[in-house]
Amino acid sequence: MGTTNIKIKDFLNGDKNMTRLLIVFAAVFALCSLTKGSMFLSTSNFQSMGKQFPEFGLLSIGMALALFTGGIDLSIVYIATLSSVIIARLLPLMVTETATDGTAYMMVIVCFILAIAVGIICGMLNGFIISKVGIPPILATLGTQALFQGFAIVITGGSTISGFPIQLSTMVNKLVFGIPVTVIVFIICAIVVGFILARTTLGRQLRMLGTNPKATEYTGLNNVKLTMTSYMMSGILASIAGIIMIGRFNSAKADYGASYTMQAILIAVMGGIDPNGGKGNIQGVAIAIIIIQMVSSWLNMFENVSNFYRQIIWGGLLIFILIFNYVINVREKKAAMKK
Amino acid sequence: MNTKRILHSTEFYIAIIAALFCMIVQIKSGQFFTGNNIVDLLRSFTIPAMFCLGEMMILISGNTDVSFPAIASVSMYVVCTVFDGVFTNPLMFFLMAMLIGLALGAINGIIIAYFKFPALIVTLGTSSLCFGIMQGVFNSKEEPLGEVLYRVGEMKLFSVTNPQSGLTSDMPVLVLAMAALFVLGWFILNKTMLGRGIYAIGGDAIAAERAGFNVFATQMFIYCFSGCMAGMIGVMRATMMLAVHPNNLEGMEMTVIAACVLGGVRITGGKGTVIGAILGMVLMTVISNSLILLGISTQWQKVFTGIIIIIGTAVSAIQTKKNEKKLAVKMAAA
Repeated sequence: MGTTNIKIKDFLNGDKNMTRLLIVFAAVFALCSLTKGSMFLSTSNFQSMGKQFPEFGLLSIGMALALFTGGIDLSIVYIATLSSVIIARLLPLMVTETATDGTAYMMVIVCFILAIAVGIICGMLNGFIISKVGIPPILATLGTQALFQGFAIVITGGSTISGFPIQLSTMVNKLVFGIPVTVIVFIICAIVVGFILARTTLGRQLRMLGTNPKATEYTGLNNVKLTMTSYMMSGILASIAGIIMIGRFNSAKADYGASYTMQAILIAVMGGIDPNGGKGNIQGVAIAIIIIQMVSSWLNMFENVSNFYRQIIWGGLLIFILIFNYVINVREKKAAMKK
Repeated sequence: MNTKRILHSTEFYIAIIAALFCMIVQIKSGQFFTGNNIVDLLRSFTIPAMFCLGEMMILISGNTDVSFPAIASVSMYVVCTVFDGVFTNPLMFFLMAMLIGLALGAINGIIIAYFKFPALIVTLGTSSLCFGIMQGVFNSKEEPLGEVLYRVGEMKLFSVTNPQSGLTSDMPVLVLAMAALFVLGWFILNKTMLGRGIYAIGGDAIAAERAGFNVFATQMFIYCFSGCMAGMIGVMRATMMLAVHPNNLEGMEMTVIAACVLGGVRITGGKGTVIGAILGMVLMTVISNSLILLGISTQWQKVFTGIIIIIGTAVSAIQTKKNEKKLAVKMAAA
């Protein structure tokens, strides 16, 4: 028994942010269950939550990756939109009316692969102009944000595209043992990225890059390659989010998901990623995603609460969390000084 | 300033590029240097150019603010709807909006200057707050402009009619306000200790503090100034459009930041001139307004904005890298 006690203590001390997040998670869950019990605790609510969070969840992990390396990716939402409008244009061309079910599914998968390729290219472009050309991440991704959104507008002609083969939405909206397939995709992505950051050499190098890029350079690491890998991973996650988006709405438009940029930063910061780089983990981000989704669904249950109040809450929450983390940090430093 | 320095400045290149671009449009369409086109360009230049002033101060101090369109929209909406019919003097509307903007800017300033958070993230948050308050609490929608401000909007310096197309364009009075604002901005940045403090903070905040600059007060000033200006510009926008459009400033932060950076304002801080930012905005306005004259669909506008931002910033980034290398070589030789 003694050893387990120590382990729990280590766990709690080692990752205070995680403990706090779990407490917030429990508190939010309790609040939602107490105030809207019958609606909140229903299976259909959990299923609809499961359908909603993977797309912004993946974007948040992508944003977390960029913040982790000391950068930021403002273009991430538009990588997702660009991927989805490319699917929207290609798929109807590839699947003709006479195609069999099997070929249609094949073509949908080919489109998905192409969409991910788009994500890779966009991410590499970000990484290239940030690390090789030397443009600060804020500006570089501000530029590519306009560029990607611009291409999405040109491709769609500024309007909504719909009318895809049925196989697309069937595939994205499938339930496996009652769990939406998108949730499974999200979990796999979160585990892979979490594993890379926590357990691999690449993850450690990215952490060092986020803490002190000069030091990594003098250690002999290839900063250009590291930055490009990081933004490429964000790009892949974004394009998967784009695939989920087009499947869920069954349509594509150049400004879908425009509000996700702020939300993705909020979630990453809430999950314990330091916007100055080098700190945090994906477990924290994953819990933050679920907390935000619970609050969002809970707000939906009040009919007279306008959608716009969510904007106020997210904005206020972001600033509150920044200040909260700051205060905690100062306190911890003081405590450490005393010791 | 000697000629060599002028020839090597970013402002000089931007002016040349802008002039070349104007020539190309003129040759292709024959419609560029017509009275009404110039007036139209000035009309669409006025609002974003005034935003440039506040934003460039923040960029020079080494931060990025994306909340000014939100501050402008919410101040404008509150003033134009809640206070509609309250005042008979149009100046009171502007004053009210400036006060609201000042308060919102002060909130930004306190959070950023006291806690030293990245301004981009903070202002993304406050921007969402402002738009949320406007759309949720005030339930914003498109509304007609009140009588007092409508009369301000109808005031014009002169009108120009294009003899070929028969289109008439009015030169708004607000162009004068813009000119005054530029002078004010130039004066603050170049002729006051406060302005030098902004440059010093952007160069190196710790060094500035040691040199005796009050970093907190200077930062508070720039966010309050930017907020105050944003409030005023919001109402100006409403008078120019002769209607209250709550959402159509959204996204302008991109154009404004791009213009500043194009004009040689360094995003990492410490460098930039009012003339440069103005020229950057001239180039942005000319390009985005001339796409139609060149026969390019407006759908490409965003793509062009993106390419301009990337190329413009790449040039200055590469220059900085070169200078660093030169410096390193010099230091090694010494």
